[in-house]
Amino acid sequence: MSEAIIEVRDLAVRFGSSTIFQGVSFDVRAGEIFVVLGGSGSGKSTLLKVMISLTPPAAGHVRLLGTDVWGSEGAARLALLKRIGVMWQAGALFGSLTLQENVEMPLAEHTSLSPRARAEVARAKLGLVGLSAAARKLPSEISGGMLKRAGIARALALDPPLLFLDEPSAGLDPITSAGLDALIRDLSRSLGTTFVVVTHELASILEIGDRCIMLDAKAKGIIAEGDPRRLGEESAHPTVRAFFHRQAA
Amino acid sequence: MSGAPDAMLAVREEGGARILALAGRVDTVAAERLWTRLVEEARAGRGGVELDLSAVTAVDTTGAALLLAAEAAAPGARITGARPPVAAVLDRVRAALAAPGPVAEPRPPLLRRVDAWGIGLFRAARDALGFVGEALVVLGATLIRPGRLRGRELLRHLDEAGTRAFPLTLLLGTLMGVILAFQSAIPLRRFGAEVFVPNLVGISLLRELGPLMAGVVLAGRTGSAYAAELGTMTVNEEVAALRIMGIDPMALLVLPRILAGLIVMPVLSLLLSLAGLLGMTFVMSIFGFPLVTVTQQLTQFVDLTDVLGGLVKAAAFGLAIGAIGCRAGLGAGRGPRAVGDAATSAVVGGIVAIIALDGVFAVLYERLGL
Repeated sequence: MSEAIIEVRDLAVRFGSSTIFQGVSFDVRAGEIFVVLGGSGSGKSTLLKVMISLTPPAAGHVRLLGTDVWGSEGAARLALLKRIGVMWQAGALFGSLTLQENVEMPLAEHTSLSPRARAEVARAKLGLVGLSAAARKLPSEISGGMLKRAGIARALALDPPLLFLDEPSAGLDPITSAGLDALIRDLSRSLGTTFVVVTHELASILEIGDRCIMLDAKAKGIIAEGDPRRLGEESAHPTVRAFFHRQAA
Repeated sequence: MSGAPDAMLAVREEGGARILALAGRVDTVAAERLWTRLVEEARAGRGGVELDLSAVTAVDTTGAALLLAAEAAAPGARITGARPPVAAVLDRVRAALAAPGPVAEPRPPLLRRVDAWGIGLFRAARDALGFVGEALVVLGATLIRPGRLRGRELLRHLDEAGTRAFPLTLLLGTLMGVILAFQSAIPLRRFGAEVFVPNLVGISLLRELGPLMAGVVLAGRTGSAYAAELGTMTVNEEVAALRIMGIDPMALLVLPRILAGLIVMPVLSLLLSLAGLLGMTFVMSIFGFPLVTVTQQLTQFVDLTDVLGGLVKAAAFGLAIGAIGCRAGLGAGRGPRAVGDAATSAVVGGIVAIIALDGVFAVLYERLGL
């Protein structure tokens, strides 16, 4: 629980003339569940996109698993991409493939496992997220909560040591959301997977978060960092206190 | 994963039992190499199989799936010596694999399937007819109260379906005229009848090919666009939102599009025919026939009935293409394929419909003696 698996330094993102955030620096340690908090428009999802090399930053750098995300290309970049998994906000499952085929796809693309072995592995991953019975369904035939769980199953396909989850519990009922939180906790404990979770669901933050940072649209950067269970009491920043106490700021 | 110590497999026999001892990290990379061999070794063990994991430092879920596949390959196999973190992952994956899989729905008997197919066909036909009826009612209501029509929407669609299609229509028309004149001039020359090329090209363009080709242009450019636009709106539940807001999607979305098709088609058809006549005139001038001969032939043999007949037909084609495109879009299913399917069926349906309508008009005009 010591080495930094993600290193973010002085990151800034601008769209045109408007600055989303700047001077963002933090570390994520191996094996922890790291939560990125913030209200709507604070740049949480943008930060995630910069970390997984989708949106280029205006300044600063990101190192994932020892590799500079924005300095690597070709084989080095592919090797890095095989070691991270992403669960997208709306699942982003391939609509023309069944859930089983969705999970098998990265395995077929990046491993030499035989088709039978692939099917068995995909069955295990779908079982891990409780979707065994829906293996042959298309993404358009299942509910929103199931889509998110299937998204996690696909992100887990190559057993990456680092998983990014974008709003895993947004739009889910409390029971499904709690189930998802338990799943994340379990995977983190039993597999040692590091999670970076972008969310604004308070219950979920307190349940799973080991450490968190909080972004703010007005401050254009990090306004708090630490244990989410203590931030609400310890932080002097009014927005942080308001967030954790569910007050209108 | 890379750079980690390899998982090693050692096989030994002990008291008739086969012991498969693994070591190191059993992860995805190791599973790729080991899968076939480990499962085979386990299957070959007759007098009991033991998977010894005491030297395994870590497993991931793929590795666990492999160990459990090996366990399942040999009846009565045991897994021993797993350290607590390894055992925890194994337990979790074991539970995951034990969950009941999808229940296969039994295939209904042949008669039932034919039955369902027939009913589906009947329903599709009924829905299509219902759509046409609904569109006609809205069209009629708009004729009585034109204020219901969104003028701005109609103008936008007139521009997109009409003015923006002009260059393509002109190009196609000119080429068609040139090609038709050239192709027909060669056989007619053998009878010294090249002078009748304008009659042939004029009649075929104004009565048949103008409306048909303009219809193909409209179906390809505009019918597919209607289907894709309305299909995306349907998939995003925007159409449902309109209905619930008490706004009739027929009046807001379908009517301006169908009207645009109706208005634009005669214009496109006429434009295509005129461009074709120009192309034909060009070819004739190459063959040595002056402009005056061409116009004389045309005015003698092509009359207003030919032109108007073609325009009425074109208007009917435009109505059909617009309606089929809108219907395909509004009937789109879910998922990313739905929009593509809607666009395809709009183009295919549109082209089939105009050729079928063309046949109807041929019979109709013959009966009316036009």
